[in-house]
Amino acid sequence: MMTMMMRLNLLLSFLLTFTILSSHVLSDLILTKVDRRIDLSSQIVRTTTTLKVENAGSDIVSEILLTFPDNHVKHLAYLSATLNEGKGKAKSFSGVGLPYEVVRPKDIPSSLATYSVTLPKGLGKAESLTMDILTVFTHILQPFPEKITQADIQLLLFQESAQYLSPYPVKVQSLNVKLPEARIESYTKLENTKLQGSELKYGPYENLPPFSYLPIVIHFENNQPFAVAKELVREIEISHWGNVQITEHYNLVHGGAQSKGEFSRLDYQARPYVRGASAFRRLTAKLPPRAHSVYYRDEIGNISTSSLWGDSKKTELEIEPRYPLFGGWKTAFTIGYGLPLQDFLFGVDGKRFLNISFGSPINELVIDTLVVKVVLPEGSKDISPSVPFPVKERHETKFSHLDIAGRPVVVLEKNNAVPEHNEHFQVYYKFNRLSMLREPLMLISGFFFLFLASIVYMHADLSISKTSASYLAKIQWEEVQATIHQVHSIVSRCLTTHDKLEASLRDLSRTGDIQGCKATRKSVDSSLKELTKELKSPVTFLQSSPQAAQILPKVEEVIAKERDLQEKLMAKHSTVVDCYEKKLGGREIENRIASHQQKITALKQEVDDLMDLIDEI
Amino acid sequence: MAATDAQTSLRHAFGNVLAFFILILIGVLAFSIRLFSVIKYESVIHEFDPYFNYRVTQFLTKNGIYDFWNWFDDRTWYPLGRVIGGTVYPGLTLTAGTLWWVLNSLNIPLSVETVCVFTAPIFSAFASWATYLLTKEVKGAGAGLTAAVLLAMVPSYISRSVAGSYDNEAVAIFALIFTFYLYIKTLNTGSLFYATLNSIAYFYMVCSWGGYTFIINLIPMHVLLCIVTGRYSSRLYIAYAPLVVLGTLLAALVPVVGFNAVMTSEHFASFLVFILIHVVALVYYIKGILSPKMFKVAVTLVVSGGLAVGFAMIAVLVAMVAASPTMGWSGRSLSLLDPTYASKYIPIIASVSEHQPPTWPSYFMDINVLAFLVPAGIIACFSPLSDASSFVILYIVTSVYFSGVMVRLMLVLAPAACILSGIALSQAFDVFTRSIKLQLPSLSVDSHVNAGDASSESVVPDDTVKTDKTEDTHKERTSKKSKKKEKEPVEKPPSKSQIKKRLLVLPLETSIIAIVLLVLLGAFYVVHSVWAAAEAYSAPSIVLTSHSHDGLHVFDDFREAYAWLSHNTEVDDKVASWWDYGYQTTAMANRTVIVDNNTWNNTHIATVGTAMSSPEKAAWEIFNSLDVKYVLVVFGGLVGYPSDDINKFLWMVRIGGGVFPHIKEPDYLRDGQYRIDNMATPTMLNCLMYKLSYYRFVETDGKAYDRVRRTEIGKKYFKLTHFEEVFTTHHWMVRIYKLKPPKNRIRGKTKKTKSKASSKTVSKKQGIKKNPF
Repeated sequence: MMTMMMRLNLLLSFLLTFTILSSHVLSDLILTKVDRRIDLSSQIVRTTTTLKVENAGSDIVSEILLTFPDNHVKHLAYLSATLNEGKGKAKSFSGVGLPYEVVRPKDIPSSLATYSVTLPKGLGKAESLTMDILTVFTHILQPFPEKITQADIQLLLFQESAQYLSPYPVKVQSLNVKLPEARIESYTKLENTKLQGSELKYGPYENLPPFSYLPIVIHFENNQPFAVAKELVREIEISHWGNVQITEHYNLVHGGAQSKGEFSRLDYQARPYVRGASAFRRLTAKLPPRAHSVYYRDEIGNISTSSLWGDSKKTELEIEPRYPLFGGWKTAFTIGYGLPLQDFLFGVDGKRFLNISFGSPINELVIDTLVVKVVLPEGSKDISPSVPFPVKERHETKFSHLDIAGRPVVVLEKNNAVPEHNEHFQVYYKFNRLSMLREPLMLISGFFFLFLASIVYMHADLSISKTSASYLAKIQWEEVQATIHQVHSIVSRCLTTHDKLEASLRDLSRTGDIQGCKATRKSVDSSLKELTKELKSPVTFLQSSPQAAQILPKVEEVIAKERDLQEKLMAKHSTVVDCYEKKLGGREIENRIASHQQKITALKQEVDDLMDLIDEI
Repeated sequence: MAATDAQTSLRHAFGNVLAFFILILIGVLAFSIRLFSVIKYESVIHEFDPYFNYRVTQFLTKNGIYDFWNWFDDRTWYPLGRVIGGTVYPGLTLTAGTLWWVLNSLNIPLSVETVCVFTAPIFSAFASWATYLLTKEVKGAGAGLTAAVLLAMVPSYISRSVAGSYDNEAVAIFALIFTFYLYIKTLNTGSLFYATLNSIAYFYMVCSWGGYTFIINLIPMHVLLCIVTGRYSSRLYIAYAPLVVLGTLLAALVPVVGFNAVMTSEHFASFLVFILIHVVALVYYIKGILSPKMFKVAVTLVVSGGLAVGFAMIAVLVAMVAASPTMGWSGRSLSLLDPTYASKYIPIIASVSEHQPPTWPSYFMDINVLAFLVPAGIIACFSPLSDASSFVILYIVTSVYFSGVMVRLMLVLAPAACILSGIALSQAFDVFTRSIKLQLPSLSVDSHVNAGDASSESVVPDDTVKTDKTEDTHKERTSKKSKKKEKEPVEKPPSKSQIKKRLLVLPLETSIIAIVLLVLLGAFYVVHSVWAAAEAYSAPSIVLTSHSHDGLHVFDDFREAYAWLSHNTEVDDKVASWWDYGYQTTAMANRTVIVDNNTWNNTHIATVGTAMSSPEKAAWEIFNSLDVKYVLVVFGGLVGYPSDDINKFLWMVRIGGGVFPHIKEPDYLRDGQYRIDNMATPTMLNCLMYKLSYYRFVETDGKAYDRVRRTEIGKKYFKLTHFEEVFTTHHWMVRIYKLKPPKNRIRGKTKKTKSKASSKTVSKKQGIKKNPF
């Protein structure tokens, strides 16, 4: 505490010397009224300053200078100056903010940073205007003490000047500091200081020279979540099939007072608002309406503690990190969601443009480094982003699903981003709708050629040599197999013909039609003879082929057996018919054919077995 | 005749296409039944070992294959480290790495994690196709398809290959079945092409899993069986000899196997049989060129000479084997041969639950109705006994034995059970449908529609059905023959079974009832498998869920703790925990651990066990000497999570006591009983594990009621002097403590007030048996 005060005093004296030195006024502007409101209720410090500027000189003034002490300006995340033209309390901001730039005039002390705001039209003599300036600072609240235990509350220090630091003289001014609804440890007490509830008032001060500075320090309790994203990478991927996929990789840290000592889950669970008041356990993200397929995970898997609800205006996602975050604790996670394309992609004279918000959807989040990557579809051309504030820009290429040339990526980088940066930005590009069909066509043709290749493979003979011994042997063997199959089928046809013979015998026993039976025998006989003829050529082939040497005996045996069977059947048939002609009794017939029957059964069995054997080859 | 030929070939093609589509569906079934874990939980790596494999795969994809072989991992086994490239079976990692690489080179941006999660389901589809091929070689396509369906959803295999279960077994079972298929294929065809493929498949298996020794012992056993039963053929020689030569050479290329491929006893059988098959081949050759008389003379000569040489060789070998302390067998193999070995000598092997012998219900749980179908399948394999079917019989017999020794090896039994059950089911269906088919025509003349009879009519149109019942046999034979002809492309059983089949005609009613019962049995199996896949085996074990009256409750404490460690501790901090959590800590929290699930160094594990079982001060000294900054314990007492560190604690004592004798198991037991209530021994109540688990536990409910042990704890109020709590997860399941920095030398009174009895004596003993670090 002491050192800090010392430093302040030094700075003060330093400034005062400069004030004395730079006695002459830059231009003849006078600030007739300055109202400053500082909001300290969250980790982001927002200062709204309303300036009433009057030109007391004779020259036309076209720019107004704003100064900030160095130690503040390095925390400055956002600055916007707007003309306030509305009368009375109804504040109607006149459209977009005024352009500004950093300048270094000679006659302003170098420990001050100066911004020059350009007015839309020059301010003539004795004219006046009202201007609203919003400045947003991050990391400007210093935790004090810097390390606290789980049971301690988080106390913060805030330093400011009670008087508006300006290169112009100020007639009337006041300062309002809005503090969170909690204890105030201490604050600098000056003459015109009033504390009303959680609001601290300094002023009014009147008729102060340029560069007046009156340091104040406020030490107060603040248990708001100090969620700071060290790095946030937002990837916005456009698919012209109707989806904008957003993936956000967060690297989060609790930016408040560092925690020290034990962490007791017991204490935290029993009294979460006493033991662990400075910790935060959940964050809320406001996603655009109609967001779908929301996920929340980290590198080791899904995080199950989240809830999602939405209506037509917005989608609200409440996420809980895996563990409550105490001061200095870090975590990392990823949020992803899809958005309907038509809400964000528009076309204008042949070009398309994406119009989407820049920053993080999470409430009151400070982002140290924000990287926004816009992945455009493959084949996009003439890409030009348009962002309302300065960003670093570069281009990359990303290879995703079945890309050949890769997708163009616009990378926009912004340091020290706050929710005020959640403005819409645009990326213009040209894209031919036909390129969409490239990947499906590629897949179709790929599979087509695969099938084609397999058809060709199945039908083409890919053996290396047509004259090699093994190839010839294979061919021969196939021929032999075919022939054997032929023999087999002929023999089995013979066997079915035999069955006809038997069937005719049964008919005979039923009807006694001897003539019919004889006719059948004749036809069977002739057909059998034909079959025997048919058998000749395959058998001669088999005899000539060396490959069939092993199988030949079996084949010949089958044929011989079959012929035997044929003869026996014929004999039996003729015997039976004879008997019928002689009108012998059933018993007599059976006696006569008994020997035949026995042999026939045996032969049949053998032929069947042999056929099976041949069949298996 | 040409018409019928065309018809058969058409039917042939139709059958092939049908079989192809059935196989595709089986693949889809095998893949999708394993996705319950992704649907019910999330796409995440499961359990313990898969996290290690996942980490290795990440390393491989990031750094390439050469860095992978040379990877020395300093994040584990601190301060020893571990040479990963030389101590892992790289098959799984390389497979997933290749998959990832191929996908990414096609610009399909899948993460390594996704590829790893889905490797196991993909390979189980492959495994079921390999089963089809194998069974088809043994008993035809019908049995093959049945076996493939059974394997696609056998619970035992599902338990190891659900999506996310990224473990060696996932690819190894495919490799195992495929190697067996190629062996049988070579045996059936005698083709050197398949023999070479077989060696390559064996190489893949060696890369994938330590279970490859099962192959290299089972195949020699089968070869031996064939030789002994007089089934030696040149095909057998082709199937075996290249496998041993090429396979051993290839196996020696895998760093983790290396010279073990020729130097350990696990491989010994294969070489012995290799010699034997050459002798037999020589004998057969000589028999071919000599006349029987000469041959007899030669046999007597050679046998007398050969016996002498053989005995000498055996004596030398036995001496060499006996010279090595474990007879050349590794501990795990020995515990296979002697089931009581592990519990006697190696508590680390015994402490793993999957190394315990299974109980009977676990057979029913894991292979379900297959257990009853297997005997039928064995019988079917005996009629007739071919080379291939004898192999399957041998496979089932050995795997039943191994599964009886270790629960884990149930996995090896599952494919065998599926193959045999597939054979049994398919043969049974065959018999019953044939019986129905043969009897239906005789019942009603016009019923041609039944059981594909129409086709048989069309093949032999003149084979009419007007026969009367008494004059039966040859008529049926012809009709059957035609039927057989149509079946021939898919099924070619030997001729002997044909004759038998003719006799196997069952009454119609019996067949129909039997078919209905078989279908019911199959349905029961399917229901059980789906249940097992959905409920029993799909939990990733790092995320737990419970159903309460107000809906689903998720316990994500492990990842909470690991995420905390990974984001809020220094990169080089060392975390001590029991070895179960080593792999997860290195993979998820990316912190250095002292011991992990690899358990290669017993002493190191014993050191951690000793620290956990010592009082606070001694434990602090051990941990401090190991440069440990955080100690992680798993505690289930608050929510009733049973597999926590207190329940594992006795193993820590046993393993610790095995190396450091001042830790004695009886000190922690009261009358032989392990308890933590007020009857517990003071040693127990003062040990570090007890203190870290129950620190400030009493303040949760005022009574300190432990929901796992269902008792109030013995010592409720105590303070920690050398450790401080830095993180406890939401449900208290993981508690992380930090070692306090050593105090300044001047300690004043604090020294005296410290617990006098235990800590002093132990620290003295500590002096006797010094911690190695």
